Amino acid sequence: MSENNGNNSSLRLKTGLAEMLKGGVIMDVMSVAQAEVAEKAGAAAVMALERVPAIIRAEGGVSRMASPKLIREIMSVVSIPVMAKCRIGHFAEAQVLQEIGVDYIDESEVLTPADEEHHVDKHAFKTPFVCGARNLGEALRRIVEGAAMIRTKGEAGTGDVIHAVKHMRQIVKEMKQLTVMSDQELFAAAKNHQAPYELVRMVAKAGKLPVPNFSAGGIATPADASLMMQLGAEAVFVGSGIFMKGGATPLDLSVPKEREEAESRARAIVIATTHYDDAKIMAEVSEQMTGAMKGLAVGAIEEKDLLQTRGW
Amino acid sequence: MRIGVLALQGDFDAHRRRLEELSAEVVLVRKPGQFDEIDGLVIPGGESSTFLKLLGESTFQALNKFVHTKPTFGTCAGAILLAKQVENPHQPGLDVLDITIRRNAYGRQIDSAILEAASSFGDEPLEMVFIRAPRIERVGEGVEVLAKRGDHPVLVRKGRVMAATFHPELSPDPRVHGAFLELVKNGTK
Repeated sequence: MSENNGNNSSLRLKTGLAEMLKGGVIMDVMSVAQAEVAEKAGAAAVMALERVPAIIRAEGGVSRMASPKLIREIMSVVSIPVMAKCRIGHFAEAQVLQEIGVDYIDESEVLTPADEEHHVDKHAFKTPFVCGARNLGEALRRIVEGAAMIRTKGEAGTGDVIHAVKHMRQIVKEMKQLTVMSDQELFAAAKNHQAPYELVRMVAKAGKLPVPNFSAGGIATPADASLMMQLGAEAVFVGSGIFMKGGATPLDLSVPKEREEAESRARAIVIATTHYDDAKIMAEVSEQMTGAMKGLAVGAIEEKDLLQTRGW
Repeated sequence: MRIGVLALQGDFDAHRRRLEELSAEVVLVRKPGQFDEIDGLVIPGGESSTFLKLLGESTFQALNKFVHTKPTFGTCAGAILLAKQVENPHQPGLDVLDITIRRNAYGRQIDSAILEAASSFGDEPLEMVFIRAPRIERVGEGVEVLAKRGDHPVLVRKGRVMAATFHPELSPDPRVHGAFLELVKNGTK
């Protein structure tokens, strides 16, 4: 028996785990109790963090990687993969997350960026990375840096799906356009997308990204999850939508009624993501869900307060 | 020949691509009624605990009936579902293959690996992609071991049921899926 350390074996292992998450829901959790609710509801993975985007938005301040202690506690209670976020460009936080043994690192615009120009060199890590993107060029720049999964960015922490839709449509449209271009046009397209020609050509040929493409940001209901899956997402990230009431107030899981509400939301979104193309099941699960995050319309947020514009 | 791929969650799309390359007609199975339309079933990789949540009563019954009567192949999470006994933690399953399997036994994603080893598929070594893989700790009587990682079986077969703790659907080598299609062909004659 021998280890195969061929050129692409590292990337194949990294994208391989993303393949395993397809059709699933990755849920943001801030505590062991929330992680248990997520796993019990059928989450395919959890994202361990100290403050979900809705709280970050309400409280302000600098948002950093979660405490390794919290991440380890969550890793010890669930059997599904555990992800955690580092700040954009903060490779030292990423080194810590790799050391702890998280299964995926999210280099995320939800945290306060640590570098105005550079993202993390993700090839330098054995742990796979997921990164956000608003358009094809941004996605391909992250992939060339070593990202093994892309999540199209919505506006995190709002419960408003509008920008998740906008950016998924944008990326799908830009990929479609590449598929009908001549070789000459592809050179110009690479320039316009500010992305490497080789990757642009690969997308033109395949009609899709070379790594799995998930959706994140503002997904709060079963119908939101279905919408994103029908628009081309291969799985969804749900952040504040499961455990938040409104503003910066999470559901209190020690109160039975609020715990039930969180469980019903988590379960409904999981089923909706699997059966996204079956309106009958969507209606049933939507009916069984009690309450939803109050939310914040993206249109009411000032441009400077948007999280999605972070990343270069 | 119509092969179903259980598509509740996981890498069902990778299996679909491989089976279509081998000229099988593929049905993505999400509902109980679909088990009547297929000659063989693949249960993909993914999260086995998530599969159990998503199956629900009626789909579990239909799946259970299928795997006890028709050719089935499970990879990773799929192998866990087929096993008689599951550890770390204990969880219920379909109990159709007499093996004891331990979830995440090799560690987390950082311990995932691509290995090569001899197999019963001829001289060419078999590439094996292990992702947060489970480990087969015990095989019951009559369970044939087709490939090993060290001392532990990683590809096993008994009658019409096959299970792998690795992901042949993520390797370019089509031999494992080819063997399963042979099994389906012979079983439906």
